[in-house]
Amino acid sequence: MASDIHVRRKRKFSKDQWTAIAFLLPSFLLILLFVYGFIGWTGYVSLSNWNTLVPDFSFAGLENYVYLFHDFRFQSDLRNTLFFTVLFIGLVIIFGMGLAILIDQKLKGESIYRNIFLFPMALSFIVTGVVWQWLLNPSTGFNQFLGAFGIHPKWYTDTNILAGFEWGSIEFGLPVAIIAVVIAAVWQMTGFSLAMYLAGLRGIPDELREAARMDGASEFQIYRKVILPMLMPITVSIVIIMAHISLKIFDLIYAMTGSGANFVTDVPAMYMFEATFRGHYYANGAAIAIIMLLLVAIFIVPYLWNSRKGDS
Amino acid sequence: MKKWLGIIALFSLVFALAACSDSSDGSGGDSDGGGESASGKVEIFSWWTGAGEEDGLLALIDLFKEEYPDIEVENAAVAGGAGTNAKAVLATRMQGDDPPSTFQVHGGAELNEGWVAADKMEPLDDFYKENDWMDKFPEELIDLVSSDGHIWSVPVDIHRGNVIFYNMKVFEENGVKVPTTFDEFFEAADKLKAAGVVPLALGDKESWTATQVFENVLLGVLGPDDYQKLFAGEIALDDAQVVEAAEKFKKILGYVNEDHASRNWQDSAQLVANGEAAMINMGDWAKGYFVNDLDMETNKDFGYFAFPDTKGDFVVITDTFGLPKGIENPKEVKKFLTLLGSVEGQDTFNPLKGSIPARVDADPSKYDQYGKDTMEDFKNARLVPSLAHGSAASAGFLTKVNQAVNIFVTQGDVDNFIQALTNASSEM
Repeated sequence: MASDIHVRRKRKFSKDQWTAIAFLLPSFLLILLFVYGFIGWTGYVSLSNWNTLVPDFSFAGLENYVYLFHDFRFQSDLRNTLFFTVLFIGLVIIFGMGLAILIDQKLKGESIYRNIFLFPMALSFIVTGVVWQWLLNPSTGFNQFLGAFGIHPKWYTDTNILAGFEWGSIEFGLPVAIIAVVIAAVWQMTGFSLAMYLAGLRGIPDELREAARMDGASEFQIYRKVILPMLMPITVSIVIIMAHISLKIFDLIYAMTGSGANFVTDVPAMYMFEATFRGHYYANGAAIAIIMLLLVAIFIVPYLWNSRKGDS
Repeated sequence: MKKWLGIIALFSLVFALAACSDSSDGSGGDSDGGGESASGKVEIFSWWTGAGEEDGLLALIDLFKEEYPDIEVENAAVAGGAGTNAKAVLATRMQGDDPPSTFQVHGGAELNEGWVAADKMEPLDDFYKENDWMDKFPEELIDLVSSDGHIWSVPVDIHRGNVIFYNMKVFEENGVKVPTTFDEFFEAADKLKAAGVVPLALGDKESWTATQVFENVLLGVLGPDDYQKLFAGEIALDDAQVVEAAEKFKKILGYVNEDHASRNWQDSAQLVANGEAAMINMGDWAKGYFVNDLDMETNKDFGYFAFPDTKGDFVVITDTFGLPKGIENPKEVKKFLTLLGSVEGQDTFNPLKGSIPARVDADPSKYDQYGKDTMEDFKNARLVPSLAHGSAASAGFLTKVNQAVNIFVTQGDVDNFIQALTNASSEM
């Protein structure tokens, strides 16, 4: 193995490779500086005392982090993120897979269905947020329609927490208001998982199904034992992609509910924005940003590790 | 393969060039002094993009262009209610040493404890004297834009925060009279509630609206002197009077619409317009909304009165413009500031925006009845700064108060609320 690498190094680069390296280098250096450099900078700020308009880089240690974990708002943020992520990913997978399986039944006009389900993905979250905010708004939307029948749903004004229990000072359980946001997010992203699953289903050779049928398996069993296991890599990809979206979600919530009463729909990105740009708590904001980065890393790093192993 | 490489190379080249030119732009901005090329340009930074306020700004710019056709004006307005986005953009630019020629800032803490304390502003003492302005603005207003013995900005408009607008028809039908004290207010609210009307509309999707109600309760309970002392740090935030205010605030929250958390202030003002709710506490920009957007008539469809127990007090929200340090053409910018502070400038801008002029010698005939009444009050009232709009205390304190209010509105725990306010007071 080691000698192999040694031999490789000695070999000269071809002209094409030199060109590639020459052209990759600028963007490589820029990314090094503007992405990784700034991550480092944010980490540095998060350890400082810079919580006013005037920069103050004196060392504060982990003070900003300690503050956050004692802060009611940040505790709510972590709880909301957890429940949002679980519900959002779960529903996107269930709906996406269900629709993909239905569309895969070789029905007529398939491309029409595909386009209809894919379309919401063409919108940005901020647009989805505004649309759903209108739909759920008590004076303009869907609620007024229901109101004509005497039903007055509270949607995201609700401050209740379902199946709640207290753990220390944090009230755990699913905030009802989060459901409204999850509905909008799922509406937007289901098309994506549908497309992924459909591609996966199309990649499964017919011979496999035929073979299973020959062995006397029912259609249900074929899906259960043959197709679903083969879709596993796709599910993993969807979880990774959805997880990083949901851990960083900002625009949808900003447009739809804001922080919500009692912060029931607040998320770290909202808090980070308000702390940094409204309160000028730069160090606190940076600490939130770093925590968000770490949360995403929990999902992404094992995946990258895994696929790297797969490469070699 | 070759073709692909070419395309990729092209993209990375474009990216690299874009990044380079971007950074050179930034460094060009902070080289102060000299500046012969860009000297003819004035960049006006504000968050005036909404109906009314934008009309006012554009009329002002037109007026400026008429007088100084050689000076180019750039309207650098950033959209977003109450400056929520503009303030973020401004902070980035100021920290990057790329200040706009002049920018909108609320008089009071937002100016004094923000940009002045950060040493980013030029004093305007001599400028005021040149223009003979010292007795044209109320003394308390000049105090609001002064700190460390210097004046830092020019107020262009005044809004009042302690006003309650009410639906006159609803009041009449239910036999409710305009309340002037808290006791009368609660009496009226009970009557309205019994009749099936929401007594007070609230839309605290953004929590400053609830904070505004709280600051008015504070003013009502403490009175103007103690209110000022509270934010000067001379009265503690766990003082018995503050606790009393918190309890009154809690009682008032019992009279608001149930879905307040999903409405913004316009949505809640609609409740008053259509008679579902009777009153709303809002700054007087709500008048513009009632008249221009909801086609209501002043003193016929809706009326107004001072927040309970705050008659004779005037919670000031004032938009001002200052002179940042390190800009290239202070001479031209001062010409614009002169216009802003002139009677002509203020009377052009304010009737369109729906605010009243900051000068006491402006022409009342240009304003509607509400404007005339408010101008009269402004001359005689005690002026106090608004907390919810960043004038009474620093942005950091305000952010924490907004958080505390957001939690208090649902939990209603007075002890927790007072504790949160006390914890935040170190940021004041």
